[in-house]
Amino acid sequence: MTYDKRKIESVREGYGKALALYGKLNDKVVVLDADVSNSTLTKYFAEEFPERFFNVGIAEAGMIDTAVGLALEGFIPFANAFASLICYRALEQIRTCVSYCNTNVKIAAGYSGISDYKDGPTHHSIFDLAIMRSMPDMTVLVPADSVEAGMMVKAAAELNGPVYLRLSRADMPVIFDYRHKVKIGRGVTLVEGEDLTICCMGTLLGNCLDAAEKLRSSGIYAGVIEISTLKPFDSKIIVDTAIRTGAMVTVEEHNIIGGLYSAVSECLINNNISIPVGPVGIKDHYACTSLNIDDLYEYMGLSVEDIINISKKVIRKKRK
Amino acid sequence: MVLYSEEQIFNLEEISRKLRIRSLEMIYKRGAGHPGGSLSAADIIASLYFYKMKIDPGNPFMENRDRFILSKGHASAVLYAALAMKGYFPEDDLDNWGQLSCHLQGHPDRNKTPGVDMNTGTLGHGINIAAGMLLGGRLKKINFKVYVLLGDGECQGGIIWEGAMTAAKYKLGNLVAILDYNRVQLDGFVKDIMPLEPIVEKWKSFNFEVFQIDGHNIRQILEALDGADNIHGKPVMIIAKTVKGKGVSFMENNCYWHGTAPNKDQLETAKKELLERNKK
Ligand SMILES: Cc1ncc(C[n+]2csc(CCOP(=O)(O)OP(=O)(O)O)c2C)c(N)n1
Repeated sequence: MTYDKRKIESVREGYGKALALYGKLNDKVVVLDADVSNSTLTKYFAEEFPERFFNVGIAEAGMIDTAVGLALEGFIPFANAFASLICYRALEQIRTCVSYCNTNVKIAAGYSGISDYKDGPTHHSIFDLAIMRSMPDMTVLVPADSVEAGMMVKAAAELNGPVYLRLSRADMPVIFDYRHKVKIGRGVTLVEGEDLTICCMGTLLGNCLDAAEKLRSSGIYAGVIEISTLKPFDSKIIVDTAIRTGAMVTVEEHNIIGGLYSAVSECLINNNISIPVGPVGIKDHYACTSLNIDDLYEYMGLSVEDIINISKKVIRKKRK
Repeated sequence: MVLYSEEQIFNLEEISRKLRIRSLEMIYKRGAGHPGGSLSAADIIASLYFYKMKIDPGNPFMENRDRFILSKGHASAVLYAALAMKGYFPEDDLDNWGQLSCHLQGHPDRNKTPGVDMNTGTLGHGINIAAGMLLGGRLKKINFKVYVLLGDGECQGGIIWEGAMTAAKYKLGNLVAILDYNRVQLDGFVKDIMPLEPIVEKWKSFNFEVFQIDGHNIRQILEALDGADNIHGKPVMIIAKTVKGKGVSFMENNCYWHGTAPNKDQLETAKKELLERNKK
């Protein structure tokens, strides 16, 4: 980890560039988009490999089935659109033809969470992970920064089976560098802790690291772990850190129903571990439109301050 | 045949001009929005809101009002500008578009903004919802029209055609769809992304009565909207040939301006062009 708050990179840029690069190494990779290649940044792949790029127009549901057909012919299709459309509108196609049929389709869901702050709630996806996590045979990947987003292209392509890759529109702090290795199904420890564990999924990881640093100055030693594979879930890292620190905070740009908070809670119950767990996430309501992402994070309770407050709350509960 | 006075046409042209300028100002101020598709729709929106639709800004949910669904919801700027000009809410609200405290969302939200009949923003919903409204109106024995504005890229979505079949099956003569046929979508030209032609034949074969007009000619728009009143027993599709970014030379026919906000200089140049345009 080489975290520097000031180094900000576009997550979609990391994905788009990596996809074009990986296309060189693997000629089985084909890319589909639904008239948003200028936004998802699959345009880089399209420029390099026009013959392996298919823009199907504004037709997300049909695009998934077309990707399925390509997968059945032995290709590795990356189907791209906004999460709010590829997950919600094309859901039945994903259920039947990708998940149930277990086809090798990579669903690249851009503009996820509330990262498309300007376009508002129609363009947000605040419960896509609840859906995808409950879908049999679906691997669910959530990168934290541009570097990890890029690395997940290869990881997803080289995993045989359906993948939901949740990408952000946002420009976020760079957490990782080229030495980082994405291991599907494995969480990562970024900071060792004693008093509690902040467990993060996705691009709020920078906020978590900032919160841990501030907590340290008030004498609270918070560990930070990252879950970049929501499914299959790394129970071991949760159990280990839960036992060591005795309290946990989950942080996600998603509804607190069905995402990371749920996954962590289920894991703790399954392992008979009873510790306080506090959620930082969207409290089951739609967001709104904003002029910038930070204001919206604050408005939705996802800021550094929110992580600190919930951390202090779980620690108080732990002491009782 | 209705005759339209020169004055009437001129007034609507002036309203369109104002809507264009206001839309660009709003998009500039917010640093976000969709100029291309707002400018291409301005004459149609002006004709609907300031000539055709039976509505009452003091009573936005009046049961027998005509309804409007901006199926291409990303053109919200021009709709918001028109609603404010009509008096649904204060004009000043337009300057706060996108702020956390403001009712105006990136895309139209009927639960927040007075005058909006349906939440849109994800493409493809308009015709199906209009069909439901009209079936409901039929059951309630209330007569009103539903106007739906569609994008051409939007017509690539299968659900559009599901709605078209529903509207035709139930002979929804009070459904008036208008296609903002500006030939450009987000990624490029419609003909390159996913061709729609032959579009007239498509809608005809889906049992719509099809009118073809110049979507920037107010007289032709009014004729088509009034002409639609004479069609009974089948839905109407007005295919309006338009120019994406209409009225601002550097924005016209260029997908770059689909979803990019102008900077200060670009806004000033655009306003100058719009003010000079057609001034006799
Ligand atoms: C179902 C859906 N897919 C994708 C998008 C993203 N998007 C917003 S506008 C747009 C292009 C719309 O093109 P068109 O319908 O031609 O509209 P216009 O040119 O009139 O602005 C796209 C792809 C969306 N809003 N909804």
